[in-house]
Amino acid sequence: MALIVQAYVPKYFPSFAVYVDLPLLVTIFFAMARRNPVAGLFTGAIIGLVQDMIGSREIGIYGIAKTVVGYGASSLGVKLDVENAGARLLVTLGFYLVHSAVYFAVARGLVNSTLHWNWGPGMLAGLVNSFLGVILYFILDRFKQRT
Amino acid sequence: MESFLGRYRNLIILVGVLFLQVLGLAVQVKTGANEEKDTRLIRVWALGAITPFERALVWVQNSTASVWHNYFYLRGVRAENRQLKEQIEQMRLQQVRLSEDAAQARRLQTLLSFKEQFISKTVAAQVIGTSGSDLSRIVTIDKGENAGIRRDMAVITADGIVGKVLFVSPNLAQVLLISDQSSGVGAILDKSRLQGVLRGTANGEVVLERVMSDEQVQPGDIVLTSGGDQIFPKGLPVGTVTRVGSGKDLFLSIRIKPAANLSRLEEVLVLTEKQERESVADDHVRIRAADILAQRLPSVPDKPATAVTPPAVAEGASPVPVGGNTAAKPAGTAAGNAAAVKSASGNTPAKSATLQVQPGKTAVQPSTQSSAQTSTAPKPKPLSKSSTEAKPDGAQSQPPAQPSIVEQKPAPVAAQPDTPPPSQDNSPQ
Repeated sequence: MALIVQAYVPKYFPSFAVYVDLPLLVTIFFAMARRNPVAGLFTGAIIGLVQDMIGSREIGIYGIAKTVVGYGASSLGVKLDVENAGARLLVTLGFYLVHSAVYFAVARGLVNSTLHWNWGPGMLAGLVNSFLGVILYFILDRFKQRT
Repeated sequence: MESFLGRYRNLIILVGVLFLQVLGLAVQVKTGANEEKDTRLIRVWALGAITPFERALVWVQNSTASVWHNYFYLRGVRAENRQLKEQIEQMRLQQVRLSEDAAQARRLQTLLSFKEQFISKTVAAQVIGTSGSDLSRIVTIDKGENAGIRRDMAVITADGIVGKVLFVSPNLAQVLLISDQSSGVGAILDKSRLQGVLRGTANGEVVLERVMSDEQVQPGDIVLTSGGDQIFPKGLPVGTVTRVGSGKDLFLSIRIKPAANLSRLEEVLVLTEKQERESVADDHVRIRAADILAQRLPSVPDKPATAVTPPAVAEGASPVPVGGNTAAKPAGTAAGNAAAVKSASGNTPAKSATLQVQPGKTAVQPSTQSSAQTSTAPKPKPLSKSSTEAKPDGAQSQPPAQPSIVEQKPAPVAAQPDTPPPSQDNSPQ
């Protein structure tokens, strides 16, 4: 669902693709909710690979980044209480930066991409994803309780 | 192992998943600018992952081979090296020895190639008188300074040496015979190459002195001139050993029978000019003077000559034949040609006396050309039977292989046996 939205919304709102990464938020949420590193890394790997597949770049960049994020988020969820909104905000921001760093490293190191690191847009996108993530996590918690 | 896997199971799985994804990326990504021709990243990674091991294996192999060749194998090489060094030292010593031998050979060769004196010009003269005394063995010839004769010139005949010029006047000269007590000639034995001094005795005999008593000298040995006296060229026949006895001190007393009949000299040759020339190896057959003369002098008829008489000589009555101008002697004639100067018959036309140098000893000799021309003799011609048969008695004393002076054969001239000899000096051919 998140992938569909991530693919559909930028059609009308191009900035959405720049500042919002819904698959990442979903990966973080489900990784922290499962609290199983293996499950978390596989969740991130699958989401990332699919995200790569719908794109035009090489397949595996998002997969590697989200695999790392999924493993980290699930490992962190085991040790910390991430139910708190503030905690989720910080965790989301942190994992977004980690995701961006891994993506940047893979893109520059393996793919030889000309990607440039910009702290301003990067931090802004991190904050946007963090706040959006807190809201999304709250909605997803409601669905989880009901199911 | 299980605890390790259990403890780090999650991390291992993470690494595995990441590795797979990276592999996927490597399959897709191509290196270089040209994506169609460049190599895929995974191939580059695979080669990069394998080549270090290959490099390591090669390094190990080379190191092992190096250790083997530079150490273990060298142990045998060291011994071989030691042996080779010893061989080199021995070869160096041998080389030094051979170098010395070569240097000695070169020195000897230089010594052997010394210039020898050859007769290049002669003047024929007739013996017109003697000393008249047994104490002085001297003959007088009819040529003097005007003919180019000088003191201490060698005087020879076709058979052998006679003496040297003792006194010279414008038209006369006195010749000291080798049988005189005051005479001294450097001589050498043909076979043994023993050198000695030839001297005359009071009774007119010729002895060879200064030969050590322990030397082997046999009667019949041929004696030649050694050239050491600087008067007679080397290799001229002197005589034959007749008796060997012990002399004074530690020397032998060797009696020599002169090759030339000193008691019956009629015509002699005075060596007015000698030429230095290096010895040349000559493998020609030894030719006697008689043979050469036979080729040049007019033939003597087999029948006793009755009508033909030798013409009178214009000057000095020298019936000398010989020069190329007068000597119209067809080659190959035989009888009476052998001995140029006959001591026996006064009517015998004087033949050009030629002495033949023993080949190989003094090398070929040249001789004078017709009229006062000095010519170097070519190599002697082979013997002819006729010349051999015509050898006169006087020549019997001649040793079998007498060195003789080879004269250059003059240009063939129509035979003029009766042509009176010219007044000019005729050098023997």
